[in-house]
Amino acid sequence: MTIIEIENLRKTFRSGDVDVHALRGVNLMVQKGEFLAVVGRSGSGKSTLFHILGGLTPPTSGTIKIDGQSLTSLDEAGRTRLRRNSVGFVFQKYNLLPTLTVRDNIDIARDIAGRSEPWDATFLEVLELLGIAQKLDRKPRQLSGGEQQRVAIARAIVNQPAILLADEPTGNLDTENSNMVLDLLRHLNKKTGQTVLMITHDPEAAAFADRTVQMRDGELHGA
Amino acid sequence: MVYKLVYENLKHRPVRTLLSSLAIGLGVTMMLALVGVGEGMLEDQANRARGVGADLVVRAPGSSVVGMGSLSMNQKILDYVRARPHVTLATPIGIHSTGGVSSIMGINYDEFAAMSGGFRFREGRQFAAPDDVIIDDLYAREKKLKVGSVLHTMNRDWRVSGIFGSGKLARVMIPLTVLQELASANGKITMIYVKLDNPANTQAVIDAMKQDLPEYPIYAMEELIKQFSVNNLPELKAFIGVVVSLAVLFGFLVVFLAMYTAVLERTREIGILKALGAGPGYVLGILLRETVLLAVIGSLCGIAMSYGTRWLIATFIPASMIQAIVYSWWPIASLITLAGAVLGVLYPALKAARQDALDSLSYD
Repeated sequence: MTIIEIENLRKTFRSGDVDVHALRGVNLMVQKGEFLAVVGRSGSGKSTLFHILGGLTPPTSGTIKIDGQSLTSLDEAGRTRLRRNSVGFVFQKYNLLPTLTVRDNIDIARDIAGRSEPWDATFLEVLELLGIAQKLDRKPRQLSGGEQQRVAIARAIVNQPAILLADEPTGNLDTENSNMVLDLLRHLNKKTGQTVLMITHDPEAAAFADRTVQMRDGELHGA
Repeated sequence: MVYKLVYENLKHRPVRTLLSSLAIGLGVTMMLALVGVGEGMLEDQANRARGVGADLVVRAPGSSVVGMGSLSMNQKILDYVRARPHVTLATPIGIHSTGGVSSIMGINYDEFAAMSGGFRFREGRQFAAPDDVIIDDLYAREKKLKVGSVLHTMNRDWRVSGIFGSGKLARVMIPLTVLQELASANGKITMIYVKLDNPANTQAVIDAMKQDLPEYPIYAMEELIKQFSVNNLPELKAFIGVVVSLAVLFGFLVVFLAMYTAVLERTREIGILKALGAGPGYVLGILLRETVLLAVIGSLCGIAMSYGTRWLIATFIPASMIQAIVYSWWPIASLITLAGAVLGVLYPALKAARQDALDSLSYD
């Protein structure tokens, strides 16, 4: 079952008096439960693709569907709903709220989604798997970078999104922690069937995915 | 969950939270102190008027009901008043302003003492010489005077001959004849206090006197005391209005600055919330709740600080000012402050709510 369908996707930015074509007709199909890596150098357009897929910015033209829902015609409110219900983000800089504990950082994602029921047994297992079940009452500053990224993964999947978007998830981590995080993403993908789309410039990180596509000058190769 | 985030945000910056609360509280204190001083001084005036022990008072034509008055009434009226049925004692009073709200009062000592039930002297005794003055204990404390001290007022030196317990109409008293002489107002008085054989006859005596003295305001003491209200002092009401406006402005500016800074500082966090799917209403709600909490803490600080201003006034200027604690103004001042604070947060909150998620996430 196809969960992401992208056809002739284009994104053009205006920078001063110059038009910057960040995406130049991207086509991509991702199957449900797939772990896909999008590899490319800085400026290749992979982050722009990530932002459009995550509903953080609209495309200029083309069609894009996530779980059957078209993003092309979504307004800001629609993109907000998409982020709330269909997409989970993992950022390079973890992006945890510094004033909240691990538990609250996860719970705020549920609160925003309007969910108040307690965590289910599956999610508690995931927390064990991520190795943060014993650190729920700590603040982000009391955790290592690897631990913070694992909390960010937990937060990203707590609402069971259709896709998990990871933007350079190991960019700020050493090799040991990078491997741990990538292993966990892969394990989650296999264990729960969570679709994962990972943006990275690192071929070693991309090797953890089922499939890798190359982004170059705003175009996808190998898709 | 949102309340937890709000609470943690405030806890995360304790100094800013404390300073913002204190600054918001200052507006509350300003209002409570002003209203408290107004009420306190009027209540004190009423208590001191009660301390005279009279049943009614005859004032000069055209005088204000709660004003001090001046030496403008002909003393001959006194003979008329004394001759009325049921009148057992009538004593004239002279009041001379010594600047601001301070005044000096001239009395016929024996008559005044008889009407009021006598002075309770803490030190010394009544006037023994024309340059003797008696003062109440609050005035003595504020001016650091003792029996034998010299008090300079009305362009001359007076010797303090006695210090009495407060509650006898005035804080500084001299013989009426001396006051009249100094004020070049011989034969003039400010008002007449009247004691009747039975308080039940008060209205009948007033009605009879008004027939003969239609120009003269004549009040039963209870009626007069009821007039000691902020509502009868339009200047004070106007001033309270000014201070309330300033407090609203104060709350607005403090919250505007504090929350504007907070929004700038938390741009990235707002971006995170938006990335998680928080809409403008959710972000707005967080900042509004934070502001309401700041305003509540600020109001509590302001109420606590109003006890501080009362202590300062009672310690350093007990005779010049008295501040009451007006409980009914606690919710009023708090709501006024809250209104200013909510106005103050609107712009920063709307700015945060409209922030672009992507731009916010890129903010360092």
